[in-house]
Amino acid sequence: MIDNIIIGKYVPGSTVIHRMDPRAKLLTIFLYVFIVFFANNGITYFLLGLFTFIIILLTKLPFSFLWNGLKPVIWIVGFTFLLHILVTKEGDMLFRFGFFSIYEEGLRQGFFISLRFIFLIFMTTTLTLTTTPIEITDGMESLLKPFKKFKLPVHELALMMSISLRFIPTLLEETEKILKAQMARGVDFTSGPVKERIKAIVPLLVPLFISAFKRAEELATAMEARGYRGSEGRTKIRQLKWGAIDSIMMASILLLSIILLLLRA
Amino acid sequence: MERSIIQVQHVTYRYNKESEKPALTDVSFDVYEGEWLAIVGHNGSGKSTLARMLNGLLLPDEGTVTVSGITLSEKTIWDIRKRIGMVFQNPDNQFVGATVRDDVAFGMENIGIPREEMVKRIEWATKIVKMNEFLEREPHHLSGGQKQRVAIAGVLAVQPSIIVLDEATSMLDPIGRREVIETIWSLKEKGLVTVISITHDLEEAAKADRMIVMNGGKKFAEGTPKEVFRLEEELVSIGLDLPFSYKLSKRLLEKGVPLATRHLNVESLVDELWTLKSDN
Amino acid sequence: MDIKIRQLEHRYQMNTPFERLALCDINIDIHEGTYLAVIGHTGSGKSTILQHLNGLLLPTKGSIQLGDRLIKAGEKQKNLKSVRKKVGIVFQFPEHQLFEETVEKDIAFGPMNFGASFEEAKKKVKEVLPLVGLGEEILHQSPFELSGGQMRRVAIAGVLAMEPEVLVLDEPTAGLDPKGRNEIMELFYRLHKEKKLTTILVTHSMEDAAKYADEIAVLHQGELKMKGSPKEIFRLTRELEQLGLDLPESIKFVMKLEEKFSLTVEDKPLTLEETADFIEALLKEGVVYDR
Repeated sequence: MIDNIIIGKYVPGSTVIHRMDPRAKLLTIFLYVFIVFFANNGITYFLLGLFTFIIILLTKLPFSFLWNGLKPVIWIVGFTFLLHILVTKEGDMLFRFGFFSIYEEGLRQGFFISLRFIFLIFMTTTLTLTTTPIEITDGMESLLKPFKKFKLPVHELALMMSISLRFIPTLLEETEKILKAQMARGVDFTSGPVKERIKAIVPLLVPLFISAFKRAEELATAMEARGYRGSEGRTKIRQLKWGAIDSIMMASILLLSIILLLLRA
Repeated sequence: MERSIIQVQHVTYRYNKESEKPALTDVSFDVYEGEWLAIVGHNGSGKSTLARMLNGLLLPDEGTVTVSGITLSEKTIWDIRKRIGMVFQNPDNQFVGATVRDDVAFGMENIGIPREEMVKRIEWATKIVKMNEFLEREPHHLSGGQKQRVAIAGVLAVQPSIIVLDEATSMLDPIGRREVIETIWSLKEKGLVTVISITHDLEEAAKADRMIVMNGGKKFAEGTPKEVFRLEEELVSIGLDLPFSYKLSKRLLEKGVPLATRHLNVESLVDELWTLKSDN
Repeated sequence: MDIKIRQLEHRYQMNTPFERLALCDINIDIHEGTYLAVIGHTGSGKSTILQHLNGLLLPTKGSIQLGDRLIKAGEKQKNLKSVRKKVGIVFQFPEHQLFEETVEKDIAFGPMNFGASFEEAKKKVKEVLPLVGLGEEILHQSPFELSGGQMRRVAIAGVLAMEPEVLVLDEPTAGLDPKGRNEIMELFYRLHKEKKLTTILVTHSMEDAAKYADEIAVLHQGELKMKGSPKEIFRLTRELEQLGLDLPESIKFVMKLEEKFSLTVEDKPLTLEETADFIEALLKEGVVYDR
């Protein structure tokens, strides 16, 4: 159960995309989120799709992994599609059934908007599939550094983030243990009336919180004993390396943005 | 073993300043350079509180602690923490980094060691604890014993002169325990550090150079394992055990077997039995 | 209640890339009133077996007969609660399961889940407290104000209050000091003797296995490697060492003696007292001690 959840995200590999600097990946995604909205005609959607497709190919990930990323949100995509079809009343009418009518423009818009969604999800899934959470954290920390001037506790946030990530498996394991211990004491988590089941969560949550607080306290003591006193005067073992690939990627996404701006209707 | 590296003088400490009973009462002792000192006592005897006094996680209410000539105070704790490394009981709750490499680096990052130097020391320290092949491993894919060895490497990398083990083996299985004890033993043999081990494993304590027994927040006894185990029933009465060979020697003496001494390890007891047998 | 484990196999995360075989073809009979010790390394499958004993895990192959209840692989299991009432498990660090406001409520939690009223449960709480060596004065305290050792006793009392017919213990003394360890082990042994409670102890401690168990099962990488009385098991010193398992101190000692005295001792002593007798005989008569 535990490995499923954790590894279900990052898939180890050594492709160009895997090896990219997380800052480059984050910046690319950031830009991508904007330019997705530039596309508004066939050619721009085609180019956007081509770019996305090339990136996906470069990751060498089986398509099923991306599909898994899409699955939980597919109903939102479907819903948006339907909404556009039903609400937009422009262009030729294609179909009519009582009050219910579908127009060409509605179909077109529904299709494109859904495509935007799917592209966005594919790109972000690609990021999480090829980048470890800790790399993402490092990238964020580095990119947010300028905001330190505005009193944003960048280092503390990044540390908090990385410690949380590190403790997810530990706490999941703990949850399973407590769950089993309480089941052995006769708690039924899976059947019975809803009210009873909600009540059954208390014997799980209380020990879990107590243990989490105890862990936090011990961790804080250990960190203090190891000389941790905030970001000042601290060096870092993790280093980010901006390489040629990263520059190429930034150039391509910028180029794509310009082309999209020029070609959009 | 002559040079004293830590001096603890008349230390008293209360967790709750209003409470009557202090966690430590007037404790004094010295730690000598290069030795393995075991501090034993049952749960709640004050031994872990004592460990936390040494690197300023707690500051004494009365008395002084001096480490390598520096007297412990609010001002000197960071300096002292560079000299004393500490390994705690729960392997999970002291693993800060996302991977072995990150965790070993954590202490060095805190004191601002340049990256190239860190890389070198990580290699050096993980080799000593035999974890150099696991640098990219994440903590939830390591055994308890491996995590504790990583913790030791993290401490070593800062190059302290003293390492304090606060019940570092008590949550491990026998294999993990053996791994950790062997690692510590090799550190001591190499003369890398002075070891202070807080434990209730009497077999482990019997291997130390010296022992301090804590009871009710006070120092109950101090000396070589031989001297300390001579207290026998007194130790048992405060919740401690005796090593097997000691108990066996004692029982044999009661049965009239003319042993010259009570042995702390199996080998020497077997040797003496052999001599007795040959003399028959 | 007799327990019969037949061809038990357990795979974690069946039909996923993470599938892992944890138990393979395990056959064990545990007769009512037995004290069975299960030994093996971390990862040998000890914990997996014990979770099958009250249906927390279900077999992926084979079956477990618990009294008149048969749990068979592939069959849908209903009302596992009745099994859990009969088989009480004391998990490692059981104090981590405490959650109620008072000690009394926490101990009563199990019995009440199995249908007892608060009044009935309170009566059971009063019965089990002396068994774990606690006084009634702590009943209305919060369990979180107690010392580590006391918390563990409260958690154990919580399992005993369910009045199980079989008591399963997963390393019940982990993290305790020698005195606490001894007290807890004696407590379970007394229960086993006085109430004829079937007891299954999962442990790393060979001393405890040698001292308390009637039978020992040795697990290694998910397989049952040996089963027999402590005498039978600890005679197989070489095999145990091959599995990387420890031996009781007395056996280790006698092995050193064998080496030095160049002799072979078939029936090695398991306790300190037996070892002392053995040496006395060895020195006096000069013959190999035999019982």
